Amino acid sequence: MGIIKTENLTFEYIRRDDEGNVEGITTAVDDVSLDIQAGDFVAILGHNGSGKSTFAKHLNALVAPTEGTVWVDGMDTKEEEHTLDIRQTSGMVFQNPDNQIICTLVEEEVGFGPENIGVPTDEIWECVEKSLKAVGMYRFRKASPNKLSGGQKQRVAIAGIVAMKPKCIVLDEPTAMLDPSGRKDVINILHALNKQENVTIILITHYMEEVIDADHVFVMDEGKVVMEGTPRQIFTQVDKMKELHLDVPQVTEVAYELRMKGLPINQGVLTNAELIAELKRIQG
Amino acid sequence: MLRDITIGQYYQTESVIHKLDPRVKLMGTLVFIISLFLGKSVWIYLGATIFLAVVIKLSNVPLKFILKGLKAVVLLIVLSAAFNLFLTDGRVLVHFWIFTITAEGLYQAVFMVIRLIYLIMGSSLMTLTTTPNHLTDGLEKGLGFLKKIKVPVHEISMMMSIALRFIPILIEETDKIMKAQLARGADFENGNILKRAKAMIPVLVPLFISAFRRANELAMAMEARCYHGDEGRTKMKPLKYQKRDRIAYISMFGYLAVLIALNVWMSGRII
Repeated sequence: MGIIKTENLTFEYIRRDDEGNVEGITTAVDDVSLDIQAGDFVAILGHNGSGKSTFAKHLNALVAPTEGTVWVDGMDTKEEEHTLDIRQTSGMVFQNPDNQIICTLVEEEVGFGPENIGVPTDEIWECVEKSLKAVGMYRFRKASPNKLSGGQKQRVAIAGIVAMKPKCIVLDEPTAMLDPSGRKDVINILHALNKQENVTIILITHYMEEVIDADHVFVMDEGKVVMEGTPRQIFTQVDKMKELHLDVPQVTEVAYELRMKGLPINQGVLTNAELIAELKRIQG
Repeated sequence: MLRDITIGQYYQTESVIHKLDPRVKLMGTLVFIISLFLGKSVWIYLGATIFLAVVIKLSNVPLKFILKGLKAVVLLIVLSAAFNLFLTDGRVLVHFWIFTITAEGLYQAVFMVIRLIYLIMGSSLMTLTTTPNHLTDGLEKGLGFLKKIKVPVHEISMMMSIALRFIPILIEETDKIMKAQLARGADFENGNILKRAKAMIPVLVPLFISAFRRANELAMAMEARCYHGDEGRTKMKPLKYQKRDRIAYISMFGYLAVLIALNVWMSGRII
């Protein structure tokens, strides 16, 4: 069993009208079973409303499954006595950086998590220093979060999670509100954490470029996991991705269009360098 | 207009006053306010002036910055001065139409204005030299004894610090919504008060909705980071009295004692 395992996970929202009668049931997550190994960099793809955010909340015990079970590091999220341990094991970063920063100073913000789990004062300062350095925000430790850019705020939010020493970090579209350079910084930091600290990363996104370097990809649609595999396996199936209203990385798309036009380009081109190599091969 | 308010703002610089324990500063503000209401002798005010001047000097906050905070309450000061000036009985100095200025009225008005200005300067000095978080920490610890009678001190101070953190965000948002409504032809400047108040509704409704959405997300982010009240919670910056805090306590109570002694000597009364 990996660090995160779900079995037949189902979650339903009950919609009610003004009188409180049940109007209908929306199944946000539908019978999802997956197993994520410790140390992996996992990406979850899906368009809006595909249930990926609801799924993410299950991994932090923020919502309890309607049916099925979620285990985080062997702990069942339905058992309340594990809730705090689960939240410490799998930290969560949300989309809007403004709405997840609680304190008025960067260093206090990073110390908020360790304070909650009762870490002694001296160790909190050590954790804060270490995690701010890990995301490259140490020189901003005395700044007010309001004065930072979106990308910097999101890095502070990640440092706030890292300070709690989680085994796994779940990020729910952390780059959706950032500019391209902020987006790149955040993704680079996630890869560094994954490689150096061996933290399992679960990245929920709809930017295909962020998925290329992942170890494993799940694609969700209407609450179900419809595709899974390595990025190369997923992006080779350009037709199926289009069917799900998802893009593929730009160069993959170019390669696909060229192949459609009759050029003998191999499938599974993911980077510019690969496309150039393919084109040279054809030419030569 | 919203940006002019310096009360509740923090002025970042290095100073002895900035480093003091927030509980000391809270107590100091209280002592200063009490001292202002001790009596009406010139000596009391001279003492208060010296005390305030020394604290301002030590705090490294420019006097101009502190005085800016008075702008927001000018109307209040003018009104109370006018009431005291015109409505006090006594020896008539000037009389025209329905207004009478008496010597006692003038005396009262001057002291009232000084008192109010010092009051505001004293309390804004506290917020200018204390970060909101430090302030709420001070309140939490200073009022900790109330926990015994089931007052949720920690929760209240957490709510206060979150409110303070969201003030700039919500101001920015108000600005954005106002601009968006202006672009759609809204008119906030013309018409009488009632009309202008009505024009604010399309700003306030989206603002409230977004504030609730933010609150919801923030609550979830706090829960995700294991927040569960103050049970088993440690402090990153625990409050501990230092030598300078003891000196501050001694000097502020010394100041109060001197003023009380002065007052007893001058008027034979304590207050």
